[in-house]
Amino acid sequence: MKPLIVEIEALTKVYESKLRVVAVDGIDLELKQGEIFGLLGPNGAGKTTTISICTTRTLPTSGTVRIAGIDVVQHPAHARRHIGVVPQFNTLDRSLTVYENLYYHCRYFGFSHSSARARSLELLSQFLLTERKDVYPAALSGGLAQRVQIARAIAHRPTVLFLDEPSAGLDPQSRMAMWTAVEGLRKEGITVLLTTHYMEEADSLSDRVAIIDYGRVLALGSPEKLKSTFGAHTIYDLKLKSNEGLEAVIASLKAREDVTSAEATPAGLRVIAASSEGLLPDLVQAAARFGLRDLEITEPSLETVFIRLTGRDLRE
Amino acid sequence: MSKTGNREQGIGNGEPGATPNIQPGGTGIFFKAFLGLLLRDLRVLTREFIPFLLRVGMQPLLFLFVFTFILPHMAGGNPLASGGGPSFGTIILPGLMAVAIMFSGIAAVALPLSSEFGITREIDDRVMCPLPLWAVALEKVCFSAMQSIVAALLVIPMAYYIPAVPVRADVHSWLLLALVLVLASLLAGSLGLVIGSTVSPKQIGLVFSIIVVPITFLGCVYYTWAGLLKNVTWLAVAVLFNPIVYMSEGLRAAVTPGVAHMPWWAILIALVFFTSALGRLGLRGFLRRVLS
Repeated sequence: MKPLIVEIEALTKVYESKLRVVAVDGIDLELKQGEIFGLLGPNGAGKTTTISICTTRTLPTSGTVRIAGIDVVQHPAHARRHIGVVPQFNTLDRSLTVYENLYYHCRYFGFSHSSARARSLELLSQFLLTERKDVYPAALSGGLAQRVQIARAIAHRPTVLFLDEPSAGLDPQSRMAMWTAVEGLRKEGITVLLTTHYMEEADSLSDRVAIIDYGRVLALGSPEKLKSTFGAHTIYDLKLKSNEGLEAVIASLKAREDVTSAEATPAGLRVIAASSEGLLPDLVQAAARFGLRDLEITEPSLETVFIRLTGRDLRE
Repeated sequence: MSKTGNREQGIGNGEPGATPNIQPGGTGIFFKAFLGLLLRDLRVLTREFIPFLLRVGMQPLLFLFVFTFILPHMAGGNPLASGGGPSFGTIILPGLMAVAIMFSGIAAVALPLSSEFGITREIDDRVMCPLPLWAVALEKVCFSAMQSIVAALLVIPMAYYIPAVPVRADVHSWLLLALVLVLASLLAGSLGLVIGSTVSPKQIGLVFSIIVVPITFLGCVYYTWAGLLKNVTWLAVAVLFNPIVYMSEGLRAAVTPGVAHMPWWAILIALVFFTSALGRLGLRGFLRRVLS
């Protein structure tokens, strides 16, 4: 069995200010060596706080986190040797060139001059950055800066890499490039924990996913397992002009075998159902009386799992 | 606070067996990481070496030029010198060294920290290095202290060449000079740490006007504390709370011992006291900024 690299036990974080905020509310997670793990949830779900605690930047209110067996609260400086971080924002050292950002990062981790130099040049070519080695971070595009940040984060060969919303603010092309880079890390055997609120990202990159909301883990498993456990459901969102008398329709829909749930929404009606051929025509027919303006169908995905679990959209 | 302080001293003192993955040689990486941070700062400084010299040299240069060269020539005698006493140049040489130490300490810590803590959060990568957080803050203070010492020593040749009546440094005890220089420079760096970790970049200009400038002018830079005690006694008592006083008086005791100055032991005690007090305060601010 592969060793556990990240062990999170009963983790909580409460911010006591004017407003008491429970950011993390009892999270338990275990990451095995070499796996890519996705932490999926809407903004404010507690993803970034969880990562901050794991990376020794935030103190937990209770619970423990061990990275490669080292308690991050007891021995933060030691734990940091095993941790690589790609933060949500560009935190490259603006006073240093791209090459120097990598070189001095290696020096911070105890590399000698020659090994820091060799490692930096190797990373520059691996991440196709050699041409830009003497450029300052201020002159880099968002996608390039992100690439430098990933290169810097793995420069000291950490055991686990934390990626906090790695594709936030990236154009689609850069996002694809970033995905390729993360896929490449899999070959190096680095364990990766990434947070995202993009379903496709979690779905295509992660071996396992934890869906979290309000600081709690709602579901945990491989994307395939989550989709099958929580039903390969299709979501039909109907926008209606009026909803007078809709209750009767909802009641008759609920009576159907293939419908898991049906409820009124501010815009009209939401029906969650196992995919079935007959439902769509019936729905359209029933809705016609209420002035059907629009119909949105969401095919089974992590997104439908999430909506099923939380009752709300990720992007809300 | 004490909780975070303890927790951050983790390196090298882990109980045996408690954390199996800690490799031996933990203290070695501590020094290497510290060295790495110093090298980074040195690289950034060498890139800005001319601006650095201008920054630390311009003020004492102009000050000496105006007050010890131009004014004596205009008045046919130094209007600011007390008759028969030491020349004004002799009085302000240690004072200007203190100011140089102070300004470069603040410029080397407060200004970069304040922006690195700002929107860019550039400090993050250094905070994530395998060092306890207090050591990251200490590195900043140490590096600024080195700059402060260079800045202070630069003033000595200026004071020799510029004034109409040359001012000679007259060092009796090199040990005292070294102690005062190092302590005063660490003190300036600690003050920089306090300012840099508590003040936002927008307000840093204001801090210069309402804190840095007043403590300089009331810091026995342009006059001696003994003179102040004789003539404006209440102020002499009030400025005892001002750390710059001990920097100026300490350098006076070390560089121009002929001029009346405070006893050396009192100066050293005060310098140690203010350095540790400001260091603690600065570290607390630093931890608050990097650890939530």
